[in-house]
Amino acid sequence: MVPLTWYLILAAAIFCVGLFGVLARRNAVAIIMGIELMLNAVNLNLLAFWRYQSPADVAGQVFVIIVFAVAAAEAAVGLALIISIYRRRTTVSPEEIDLLKW
Amino acid sequence: MTAEQLLFLAVGAVTLIASILVVTSPRLVHAGLWLILALAGVAVLFVLLENGFLAVVQVAIYIDAIAILIIIVVMLTRAVMRETDPQINRTWVLAGMAALLLFGSLLAIVLQLPAPIRPALLDPESGLDVLGKALVDVNGFILPFEIASVLLVAALIGAIVVARAPMRGD
Repeated sequence: MVPLTWYLILAAAIFCVGLFGVLARRNAVAIIMGIELMLNAVNLNLLAFWRYQSPADVAGQVFVIIVFAVAAAEAAVGLALIISIYRRRTTVSPEEIDLLKW
Repeated sequence: MTAEQLLFLAVGAVTLIASILVVTSPRLVHAGLWLILALAGVAVLFVLLENGFLAVVQVAIYIDAIAILIIIVVMLTRAVMRETDPQINRTWVLAGMAALLLFGSLLAIVLQLPAPIRPALLDPESGLDVLGKALVDVNGFILPFEIASVLLVAALIGAIVVARAPMRGD
């Protein structure tokens, strides 16, 4: 059997890769891709803990389902914002979206 | 080393490499396609964790809806960022150091965890119907379930309002 530690290490690695993408990419759509990677790593972690620690308890699976719903909402609103900004200012680079910066 | 461990290592390596390519690929459409591969790898890992339902949900929501949506938005906004431009900002070294630092500390925590080697026994009674009933049970998870549905409706309406063409004079 696969030890739980392997799943945790893999999830941590994917999470950190996603974090790097969020911090380093210059394109807002690429930042959203990084966020999706991070959410996926968290889901993997949650489900691994559910399977190894308490498979009789449904709370782990419910948590994953809520994360799915929130990720879908986040992607829809985030991409709508990007399209709106693109229409008004013809850019998708967060460096140039400085309307609220002073 | 059992077949399951070998399968885990192979799928995990593919998932990790795909996610690294997501954040480093200079072409955003390619990054979106690598994202699909990474999400599919996570779905296979869900199957390895003996939860076929959530693997199907992963494919249906993440790959079908979110990844395709992301690729469509990449194509809609592709004209502004030329592929010859640097896709990574000036502070990427700091970002990489932050990510490595986080990974190192997570690794230190995980390795001293008294983690079980083998999974707990799966109760054949606690299948999909138990999960479905718990989601609509008053003593279960009906409140988060309904809040999630309200959140999805709000996100849908919000996305339509935000993304519609700007009015004249805006």
